[in-house]
Amino acid sequence: MAATLRVYTQKIKSAQTTKKITKAMELIAASRIQKAQARVKASAPYSRAITRAVSAVATLSNVDHPLTTEPERITRTAVVVFSSDRGLAGAFNSQILREAGELTELLREQGKDVVHYLVGRKAVGYFQFRRRPFVKDWQGGTDKPDFETAREISETLLEAFSKDAADGGVDEIVLVFNRFVSMMTQTPETVRLIPLEVVEADENDTTSDVLPLYEFEPDAETVLDQLLPVYIESRIFNAMLQSAAAKHAATQKAMKSASDNADTLITDYTRLRNNARQAEITQQIAEIVGGVDALATSK
Amino acid sequence: MAGTPLSVSVVAADHEVWTGEASMVVARTVEGEIGILPGHEPMLAILAKGEVRLTLTDGSKLTANAEDGFLSVEKNVVSIVAGAASLAS
Repeated sequence: MAATLRVYTQKIKSAQTTKKITKAMELIAASRIQKAQARVKASAPYSRAITRAVSAVATLSNVDHPLTTEPERITRTAVVVFSSDRGLAGAFNSQILREAGELTELLREQGKDVVHYLVGRKAVGYFQFRRRPFVKDWQGGTDKPDFETAREISETLLEAFSKDAADGGVDEIVLVFNRFVSMMTQTPETVRLIPLEVVEADENDTTSDVLPLYEFEPDAETVLDQLLPVYIESRIFNAMLQSAAAKHAATQKAMKSASDNADTLITDYTRLRNNARQAEITQQIAEIVGGVDALATSK
Repeated sequence: MAGTPLSVSVVAADHEVWTGEASMVVARTVEGEIGILPGHEPMLAILAKGEVRLTLTDGSKLTANAEDGFLSVEKNVVSIVAGAASLAS
């Protein structure tokens, strides 16, 4: 009898310890969301300015640039998957890997070859475990992405893009990342990076409906040459920041439900333990009463 | 048009360096130095490595360092966008 009591006490203790850990992780994630969101916000003026400039050049000049023109046939597509370095974030990584998997299948059905570039330890682990090939990976910086990594990624991608498909180059680059929608929702998103579909900046920009005629210095083509890699860098950096913010939000959500579950477990086990203790006391009383009765009759 | 000051923003990749109004912007592009006054026509230029000098509306000066970026002018709005930018003290 005392044994069951001890078992319940042990289980309560372990649930309490787990709760302490998950609670701490929840609080850490909550504080990091704020920071990650602030970084997304801080990078907004840059990407907005670049997007405006790129759409200005792309729409106002008739320069044929390899980055903006659609190739006749796309033979190979590069898929960049933005996962996280650490787990404990609910469906964060599995949903992004599923999205990437579905996209890969779709592209293969269209007769395109698919190569993968991975960001984050989790995606690398997933690919290695399944023995799927990938071209390059970047690990260790997903919690706090820096611009240098974004630059490195974009350089690698542009290098692959500039090669011919026959030499292992790619004709299309697609990003798959989790977008931070709100504290509760993070949705996986697929964005085609090259060939360019210029994304308009903020819609509330009503001051200028028509883009004015631009003067380019030195000339439109050179400006475009310089601008597009920067644009791609900023898109990649933005994806990394979004993914980081989404990861923290997902962690917070997952850890919150873990703490809640620990709470329910503790209540349940406390009830059971009280029950067991009461049963033990009742039994002891019954034994004593029985013993006294037996002694009384034997006299 | 010329009476209104330029609204200038100097932006780096991960943060906004400076925003405000200025009466003149001098920047070094790959072609050479360019001065922008209010009412300048829309323009996109590649910046050479170097400093950007701003003359504020009250006449004081401000210098910023900008590295591999570009400059866009549109309707008295000047954006100086660079991968790395900082204010020079």
